[in-house]
Amino acid sequence: MILNASGCLDALTAPEVAQSLDAFVTKTVTPLPREGNQPVRIAETDLGMVNSIGLANPGIDRFLADTLPRLIDLGVPVWVSVGGFAARDYAELCARLDDQPVAALELNVSCPNVSSPEEEVEEIVAAARGVTKKTLYAKLSPAVPDVGAAAAAAARAGADGLTLVNTIRGLALDERTLEPKLGPGVGGLSGPALRPIALAAVFTAYRATGLPIVGVGGVETGAHGLELIAAGAFAFALGTVLFADPEAPLRVREELEREASARGFATPLAAYAAAHGGPPPTPLRRVA
Amino acid sequence: MRRELLDVVRVEDVGPYRLLRLKRGRLESGIPGQFFMLAPPGRLLPRPMSLSLATRTELGFLIDPVGPGTRALTAVVRGERLNVLGPLGNGFRLDVERPLLVGGGIGLAPLPYLSERLGRPPAVLGFRSEAHAEAAALVPNAEVVVEPRLVTEAMPAGHDVLACGPEAMLRAVAALAPGAQLAWEAPMACGYGGCYGCAVEIGGKLKRLCVEGPVLERAA
Repeated sequence: MILNASGCLDALTAPEVAQSLDAFVTKTVTPLPREGNQPVRIAETDLGMVNSIGLANPGIDRFLADTLPRLIDLGVPVWVSVGGFAARDYAELCARLDDQPVAALELNVSCPNVSSPEEEVEEIVAAARGVTKKTLYAKLSPAVPDVGAAAAAAARAGADGLTLVNTIRGLALDERTLEPKLGPGVGGLSGPALRPIALAAVFTAYRATGLPIVGVGGVETGAHGLELIAAGAFAFALGTVLFADPEAPLRVREELEREASARGFATPLAAYAAAHGGPPPTPLRRVA
Repeated sequence: MRRELLDVVRVEDVGPYRLLRLKRGRLESGIPGQFFMLAPPGRLLPRPMSLSLATRTELGFLIDPVGPGTRALTAVVRGERLNVLGPLGNGFRLDVERPLLVGGGIGLAPLPYLSERLGRPPAVLGFRSEAHAEAAALVPNAEVVVEPRLVTEAMPAGHDVLACGPEAMLRAVAALAPGAQLAWEAPMACGYGGCYGCAVEIGGKLKRLCVEGPVLERAA
């Protein structure tokens, strides 16, 4: 299953891209409208990009009245990403989405561009769980001391699944002035630089919880997606790659089938958690 | 929205800028002022470029090598291929009675194609040096000014202004010609509404330039 990473695609300006995915994940919706951060908001780095969008969104009222009905009309399953600044914000958002025809709710507890409520993962997931029967995913940051512990906290609080990872903080400086390129200074790093970080987080969270995981972070090819599946993701999402290649979902899907088959897996999902079930590690080779 | 791998047919120096002529493939040339995302070899993100020239077989893009992306684009040679997505955004409204094209520096990029489509109307182009001013050869019927003289000092009154250039120039042009159509620029990762990176203030609100513009009829 291939999704987009939240905040990397607007299904209303690019419906054909959204329709090439198995599910569309919305940009994070907050209780109140947010204009987002002052420009400059994006900059390329050597192995990725940094962004500081600041959760620009119309707020839940307008999202429900105006955006969501048009998303539903596209005919693609919709996952709604929700975010806030306290557990009660998440509870309010989830309660209002509970009777909507959406496939899942993703709790963004990891945006690096707003004050982060990472420590409150358990409290937030529990608050959301208390008000909705919808499938609940917790989107976690890899920038914590123990992502396995954060994943276990989300599982204890009733999350049905995990999304790993969000961006991590990064800084890009102008090559001449040496001043930050982004308006707010530091932003969220995404792209290829995140790939091994996402793999490690998925690998660790799978071992810690066994929950279904959507792997996100630097996927550019089918081989990258297959690695996330092997690390313990049942699905993965495309983020930064969509900016350069709106046809990436179709291409990556074809590559994924091919890469799986080339390694002897009947389907891509046959490689699920393959990284955990291999032969024991080779003993150290004695050279003297 | 179409993306294609296009052959580089020819690369020409135009003053300090470089004109890339690409085989057109099946891409539409679009409306002048619309833009294309060009993927520089070896870089992660494509760069937004307005179309400078369109023939039946070629698309031409004028590029100023100012950063890693534009430097990689100007380093391509004949025979290489570039991924190009477009046309994107909203171009100039062409139903104007007395057009006057106004360009500043690399902001002249969309003007050769715009001039062609409008029947070669008068133009005023401003540059920071004589070397940069060589690019004026791409726009017919152009009066050229070089700093310290500014385009606003050479703009005749009573025209429908269509302008592209640095922000300060666009604001000065808008003050002189309130109904001017202005082509703005902003860093963009995608060009089709996904990244929210190109936000600019329009009518007091931050909006995506790639969706609302890049050509706007009021000062952003």
